[in-house]
This record gives sequence, structure tokens and C-alpha cells, in this order.
Amino acid sequence: MKKIVKKHPLAIRWFHWVNFPVLGVMIWSGLLIYWANDVYKIGFGSTTLLKFFPDSFYKALNVPFRLSEGMAYHFVFMWLFFLNGIAYVLYTIFSGEWRLLMPNRKSFREAWQVLLHDLHIRKAKPAQGKYNAAQRIAYSAIIVMGIGSILTGLAIYKPVQLQWLCTLFGGYKMARIIHFALTIGYVLFFLIHIIQVILAGWNNFRAMITGFEVEKTKDEPVAEENTKSN
Amino acid sequence: MANFFNSIFTKNNKLSTDQLIMKKTVVSFFFFFVFAGAAFWGWKWLRKQPSEAGKTSTPLRTVLNANEKIFNNFLSDKHLAKQYPLFLAANPARVNGDLGLKTDFDPTTWAMNVIKAKGDTLKITLDEIKKLPKTEIVFNFKCIEGWSQITHWGGVKFSEFMSAYGLDKEAAMKYLGLCTPDKEYYVGIDMQSAMHPQTLLCYELNGKPLPLNQGYPLRLIIPVKYGVKSLKRIGDMYFSNERTPDYWADKKGYDYFSGL
Repeated sequence: MKKIVKKHPLAIRWFHWVNFPVLGVMIWSGLLIYWANDVYKIGFGSTTLLKFFPDSFYKALNVPFRLSEGMAYHFVFMWLFFLNGIAYVLYTIFSGEWRLLMPNRKSFREAWQVLLHDLHIRKAKPAQGKYNAAQRIAYSAIIVMGIGSILTGLAIYKPVQLQWLCTLFGGYKMARIIHFALTIGYVLFFLIHIIQVILAGWNNFRAMITGFEVEKTKDEPVAEENTKSN
Repeated sequence: MANFFNSIFTKNNKLSTDQLIMKKTVVSFFFFFVFAGAAFWGWKWLRKQPSEAGKTSTPLRTVLNANEKIFNNFLSDKHLAKQYPLFLAANPARVNGDLGLKTDFDPTTWAMNVIKAKGDTLKITLDEIKKLPKTEIVFNFKCIEGWSQITHWGGVKFSEFMSAYGLDKEAAMKYLGLCTPDKEYYVGIDMQSAMHPQTLLCYELNGKPLPLNQGYPLRLIIPVKYGVKSLKRIGDMYFSNERTPDYWADKKGYDYFSGL
């Protein structure tokens, strides 16, 4: 027998899918802004391992000489990013969803098991629940990162009027670096997220749109493939 | 397929589990694609909007102006740009941009035109400005491009200049305008920011007269704005209750306020 099991409330699906394009616009417009002073790189001494960003990257994305456009979009869509983020956090708190989301005492040990399992090093399946331990940590971290982006963003947006905020992040230059690093973090999160969603399969993905997962209940005869492979 | 359309109008409790899953899935995806399509259409619409000033379209400009109203509430004469010890000041200071400085210019005949009204212009020389009390500031100069540099400037507080020359009526207006002698570069500034205690009519950099490429004889230094507003080589000064023209906002699509 199949069973329909509710997974994601409508509000959470809504916040998730609004955030996706809005964050996309924020990253794109942020890139247009960053280009005008693209001084960050990873390296040591005089060796540069990775320059943010290579000219070919800018060219491919049509980035150069669009600073004013980037600023305009950034300072318009920041409101959507902020309001949607606030709504998500408030909903998570007041609906009690935070209990399923926040890491608990076991999470950090279990997250390690999830990692080993996902890398096919460890066979035993870690505890799942709505979110497994690694998901709890990742999805909570992304909220902290979002708050970080808003605060560092405000610090570099109004460094004189909100000077205390700028100082809190180590000054104007440091706040800009953190703001940039968090964005790189989102991109990495996105890549892993996409891979994991593909690996998790249709049932899991569908739940992010329909809200429910289909569960096979025990009284159903064991699926054929399983019987054979055993 | 017909089966499916039937199931849409059939009550859920009369459907098999498989039919119910199918129905719920299709209905959800339908709404998902409707909203995604609307968002995409909205984006296309926004990208197509004509611009009334510079390259920034009207809807975006409307929000930027609203941002100005919101963040203006934070603007206060008590919120000062952080000052730094003198030894941190860059020497030489970065030179960025020569708009309005490219025309032949004779500093010996220079005087600033303060246009009070049509046909009522004060001409003020550098020596006259230097007679007013001097203020020095070492602050982190912030360029709209994203770089910043600690620099050391000296000059007259704009607010003290205004009262010294009896320009109280002008100081009560909403906007200040400045342009270079060749009129190639011009900025508009809200009066509250102009009257901020750290705004200088500046004639010194690192304790010496401004170099030509930094705006000799007189430039603006306004720490509560991005560097684009710190116009070099002031030619005319004027006042209005309407927004005064601004090169970067009118021509290039930047935010008019550009406040920090």
C-alpha cells in the first residue's frame, strides 16, 4: 500500500521557491557590483591560486561596466530577500518547524555518519526524520548566513549611519569581504544541494512542490527488485 | 488522460491512492508553473521598462527613491564618519577620475560662483575661503566602485561657509548643486547631507594645497556620500528646492542619494 505523508507545509515551499530566484538576482547583481573593485583572490605570497574572477568568467556572463545597474537591482531586490527571509524565520519559530530543523546534541556526530554514508564509505543508513543531521546543520547554517548577509550588507550600505555595525564586522573592508565570502558559500551550498536533490530522487523533489511524500507501508508485498537482489 | 480530468472533479475520498497522488501532484505542479511563469513574466517586464533617468528604469528608480526616504531617517549630524589617526592617511592619495578636469583651466583667475538667484552671484576667491576657520579630517574615503582609502583633507566646513557668507536662506533650501568650471561634471546633494558637520569645501590634501588632479583650487569632501559626490574643482554653486542635476544619477543610472 502507498500512503501520502505530509512533509513540507505550504508556507515553507513558498519561502523556498521565492528565495531561489530572488537570491539568484541578488548574486547576479552583486557580481555586477563586485566587478568594479574585484580585488579578492585565494593564494599565498605572490602566488595566486584563484582570482575572483577570471576575465573569461566576466565575459561569459556579460558582467563588465554594469555597476549602476547592479546597484539598482541589488537595492531593490534586497527587500524581497529580507522580507522573505524574515517571514521564513518567523514561520519556522512560531509553527514549531524549528524543532525539525535545528541541530540537536546528536546532530554533529550523526552528520559525520551522513557524510560517510553519502560518500559510500559507510553502509549503514543514518537516522533520517524530516531532515537528517547533515541537513539540519546545513539548513540552519544557511539561515545564519542569510542573517550575516543582511547585516554585513547593511554595514557596507550605510557605513557612516550604522557605523557600530560596520565596526562589529571588523570595519568597512572586512564587512565587504564577509559579504562576498557568504555569497561564495551560497553558491557552494547550491551546488551540493542540487546534487543531493538529484540523488535523493523524485519522491523527495516532488515534496518540495506538492508538500507530500509517498510512503510504502509495510503491509505491501516487498518490492520485486529488492527481493531479487537479495 | 480523460481519466485524470475526471479525477480532478471527483472527490478525493472516492479516488484510489494512486489517483489521489496523481491528482495532487498535477494540481501542485500546475500552480507551481503558473507562479514560475508569472515571476518570469514579471522579470521580463521589469527588464523592458523604459528609464526616465540614466540607465535605471522607473520602477527601480522608484524603489531607490523610497530607500532614500527610509535611510534618510538614519542620517544625523550626530552620526559622524569615523576619524583615524593621521599616520594612517595614504600619501599620495588615489586619483580616480578626471571628469570636468580635462578642459584648459587657469587657476590664477579662478573664483567660485555662488549663484543665489539669477543675476545675483557672489564671486569668492580661494584666499577669502582660507580666511575662514580651517577644519581637518582623516576618514575612510569610499568610492562607489567599492574601494576605500584613509585620506587626510583640510578646508572649511560647508555649514560654516554658508553662515559666514549669510547664505541662510539658501541653506534652508532642499538641494545643493555644484559643477566644474567647464560644466562637464556636476553633482546634486540633499542639503541635510551638505550641512553635515564633516562636509568640507576642501583646499588641502595631506597638509598641502590640492594637486590639480585632486581638484585644485577647491573641491568638495563629503564623507556621508560616495566619492562621486565629492566634486573636484568647484566652478559654480547653486541651490534649489528641486533636485539639482547629478551626472552619475542623470546620465549613468546611479542612485541620486548615494548616502553612506
